[in-house]
Amino acid sequence: MIKAILIFNNHGKPRLSKFYEHYTEDTEQQIIRETFHLVSKRDENICNFLEGGLLIGGSENKLIYRHYATLYFVFCVDSSESELGILDLIQVFVETLDKCFENVCELDLIFHMDKVHNILAEMVMGGMVLETNMSEIITQAEAHNKMEKSESEEQVSVGFLASALDRKQRRCIVSV
Amino acid sequence: MPAVSKGDGMRGLAVFISDIRNCKSKEAEIKRINKELANIRSKFKGDKALDGYSKKKYVCKLLFIFLLGHDIDFGHMEAVNLLSSNKYTEKQIGYLFISVLVNSNSELIRLINNAIKNDLSSRNPTFMCLALHCIANVGSREMAEAFAGEIPRILVAGDTMDSVKQSAALCLLRLYKTSPDLVLMGEWTSRVVHLLNDQHMGVVTAAISLITCLSQKNPDEFKTCVSLAVSRLSRIVSSASTDLQDYTYYFVPAPWLSCKLLRLLQCYPPPEDGAVKGRLVECLETILNKAQEPPKSKKVQHSNAKNAILFEAISLIIHYDSEPNLLVRACNQLGQFLQHRETNLRYLALESMCTLASSEFSHEAVKTHIETVINALKTERDVSVRQRAADLLYAMCDRSNAKQIVAEMLSYLETADYSIREEMVLKVAILAEKYAVDYSWYVDTILNLIRIAGDYVSEEVWYRVIQIVINRDDVQGYAAKTVFEALQAPACHENMVKVGGYILGEFGNLIAGDPRSSPLVQFNLLHSKFHLCSVPTRALLLSAYIKFINLFPETKSTIQEVLRSDSQIRNSDVELQQRAVEYLKLSSIASTDVLATVLEEMPPFPERESSILAKLKKKKGPGAVSNHLLKTRKACLTDIKGISTPSPSADLLGLRAGPPVTAAAPSAGSLLVDVFSEAGVNDDGFLRFVCKNNGVLFENQLLQIGIKSEYRQNLGRMYLFYGNKTSVQFVTFTTTLNVQAKPVEPLIEGGAQVQQVINIECLTDFSDAPLLNIKFRYGGALQNLTLKLPVTINKFFQPTEMASHDFFQRWKQLSLPQQEAQKIFKANHAMDTEVLKAKLLGLGMALLENVDPNPENFVCAGVIQTKAQQVGSLLRLEPNAQAQMYRLTVRSSKDTVSKRLCELLAEQF
Repeated sequence: MIKAILIFNNHGKPRLSKFYEHYTEDTEQQIIRETFHLVSKRDENICNFLEGGLLIGGSENKLIYRHYATLYFVFCVDSSESELGILDLIQVFVETLDKCFENVCELDLIFHMDKVHNILAEMVMGGMVLETNMSEIITQAEAHNKMEKSESEEQVSVGFLASALDRKQRRCIVSV
Repeated sequence: MPAVSKGDGMRGLAVFISDIRNCKSKEAEIKRINKELANIRSKFKGDKALDGYSKKKYVCKLLFIFLLGHDIDFGHMEAVNLLSSNKYTEKQIGYLFISVLVNSNSELIRLINNAIKNDLSSRNPTFMCLALHCIANVGSREMAEAFAGEIPRILVAGDTMDSVKQSAALCLLRLYKTSPDLVLMGEWTSRVVHLLNDQHMGVVTAAISLITCLSQKNPDEFKTCVSLAVSRLSRIVSSASTDLQDYTYYFVPAPWLSCKLLRLLQCYPPPEDGAVKGRLVECLETILNKAQEPPKSKKVQHSNAKNAILFEAISLIIHYDSEPNLLVRACNQLGQFLQHRETNLRYLALESMCTLASSEFSHEAVKTHIETVINALKTERDVSVRQRAADLLYAMCDRSNAKQIVAEMLSYLETADYSIREEMVLKVAILAEKYAVDYSWYVDTILNLIRIAGDYVSEEVWYRVIQIVINRDDVQGYAAKTVFEALQAPACHENMVKVGGYILGEFGNLIAGDPRSSPLVQFNLLHSKFHLCSVPTRALLLSAYIKFINLFPETKSTIQEVLRSDSQIRNSDVELQQRAVEYLKLSSIASTDVLATVLEEMPPFPERESSILAKLKKKKGPGAVSNHLLKTRKACLTDIKGISTPSPSADLLGLRAGPPVTAAAPSAGSLLVDVFSEAGVNDDGFLRFVCKNNGVLFENQLLQIGIKSEYRQNLGRMYLFYGNKTSVQFVTFTTTLNVQAKPVEPLIEGGAQVQQVINIECLTDFSDAPLLNIKFRYGGALQNLTLKLPVTINKFFQPTEMASHDFFQRWKQLSLPQQEAQKIFKANHAMDTEVLKAKLLGLGMALLENVDPNPENFVCAGVIQTKAQQVGSLLRLEPNAQAQMYRLTVRSSKDTVSKRLCELLAEQF
């Protein structure tokens, strides 16, 4: 089972946190900090797996992570998951984000948190994997987007601010 | 077209997020957030009704604030209101807020449940999925109560959309995990299993997680999934890389699903059906073959996906542990990975090999990789990989390579990462003990361990070396010589001083002949460390000194002088002062004979499980000390006499320690008793009394406790007999029970016995036995002992005779799932019918003959009498002589009673 999915940047700022087991808000924040601390001190190009921090269950759980440009994607899983399988799942998640946002970058995650959550919900539900097929996930996301659009037609649509705000930070996170 | 168009952002939200990001300090950020929270609060409280768009915007802002780690204590009601909107956008954001922010005990659950109910019955697949997601995310018991009946129906209904089916499967799984008693599969079982055959791979992906979990809990009912999983796997494995279209990931067909299928098969033994098994073996061979083919793509994702399947296949092969051919191939494959340039693969290969080392077919094959593994331990950059290498060395260790492995581990310890040192120390200590051929090597190893990593050497480790030295007289001289040499070092670890003090105190005489280690030299050496040590070590050294007086009368005056000095006899620490005073007095008034008796050499310790092994088990959880350890340990125990226990298997598997070893000298001395005293509840004898009423509950060197008891209806009377086995009286003898008992005589003369009567009334059913705490002084030392009194619920049984017809009628009446408790367990004793009958009669129920159609089975009936109520109980025990297993089923009108009876009885046969 996947216990938690965390995305934070190189400075430890959380960009997405999704817990599939209940923790108090305080503990969740501590887990994010602890995980960042564990993952960020590791060299590049070493193993992508390590034992989980104490707060999230110690050696019973593994942290499986990938580091893309400015972001860490960390999945905390128990022993019932295949390590390499989860590594692929992270890749599928990132590639899906990349297709949905067209060259996804950290800012997209910040300004479209709800959408990121929705895409994740198409893949993982209650800690178990729902769907691994990228085109299926994208189809669902597109369908939702269309629905959203038709509903908000009457509302004032506003230009996307992020790129104008700080263009410098638009670093794509994947190069597929 | 990108799925998320960037033109539809919410301006207010974007501005707010930018503001936060532009904040220069944490204070500024908090200020901006508080301003926004106040704004949103006033908007929510305001008179003007908010439109859906604004509500959505504010809820999004709250979500963002929450992500930054700030508490959100409002907005929940607004989110709940969004759920009943007809617009997807609003509904979706409402559900998002709830799944992120609402925990399972919120009082809003009822309102949320209502909205979910509406959406589930809406037949709009998008809304249904949103609702199912919400249930899976919150997963509270109330939700389970409301929806556990509904969701299986959605899952198997013919007209449910695939995407809804997927969500329903995982939603059900979540509910099953939180409230298994509410999710009743029964009639759905076979239809759920057949989801493995579904055309839509997504449905299979979701369903397999559900089926795996259910199979783990109810293997028998889901047995049919094995053949379905094998045929599905075989279809995937043999398909060309383009067959599965979108489920092909970097040229690998459906890797995720393949892994999950292989995991599911690991819940079961190898298939019995020859055809199914043949097909599966073929699959596994194909997977192993594919690993040798040239890659279809250079991308790392391709090899990742391929290897994910390969590792799962290898796990399955190891799990079956029955195909020598496949096992050796698996081992060779892992051997290749050990030298792979990808760190991830090296890590996983080391991990898998650890389990492979426990298989008798492949243990030798694993051993051939020892040099590579040692090299990994020395050169890997990543500490998590090094740790796996250390684990594997530990697992592959046997008599032939123990010396090499222990030496490597010791040298690694000097530079090992701090986080794993303690575990490494334990492992070295265990291996050294387990494979010791000559004990001088063992002693050297442990002393080296203390020298290199003294801080990480726990008490268990140095207790153990002392136990072994005391129990084996052929090593005592060597041990004394070695510790004497080790203590010469200018700086030595306190643990070394402890071991040195103890061993020289006992066996210093064995090296006293050499003028370089004459008694006075030994004493001066020890005493030179005294001032640097902590109080417990000093106390131990004082005891060593008094032993010196006995061993070497010529040191008496020197030592008496030390004891008499103010720093000892007026020490502010009570323990040290007391020892100094008592030892001084003892040395001056006791005659040589008395002194010799009091300070006699320690008797051998009773054999029991190594406390170090118990510690490692505790550290890693009982399951984690994998069976290879137990297996190899069993093998070696027969070799090392003197360390082995009389019944290795019982000892190894039982985590409970034996009776407390108070290790008192046979005479009145209480010297060094503290070193080995042991706390904790002793419930060793407890289980022996489930089926009988009289016998010996507890016995050690000092004390024997016997029991006689009788029960009638809901009343009982228990006589406890405390026998003093020594020749000295026990003073201030008290017993306290967490229920009321008549006081007992405070004094037990040497060799005498006192009696205590306890009257028992059963008010209602119970699971925890009363605890009896016994305290007394023997010699100077306070002894403390806690025992579980063998009062169990079955003592209050009234047997009930009934005919076959009546029995089955009542059996059927008690058909609620919680009324039944069942256990399947291995026989611990020979399956003798007469013995079984006697035990069942001892249980207190009536043993009914000619009721069960199968004469091998036993059925019993009885009524438990408590003051509050009577609980009728039925029992059925089905022995399977071939498998040496029992299945025990208990049904009673009260669920706690069924459970407790089942637990108690499962330990009896």
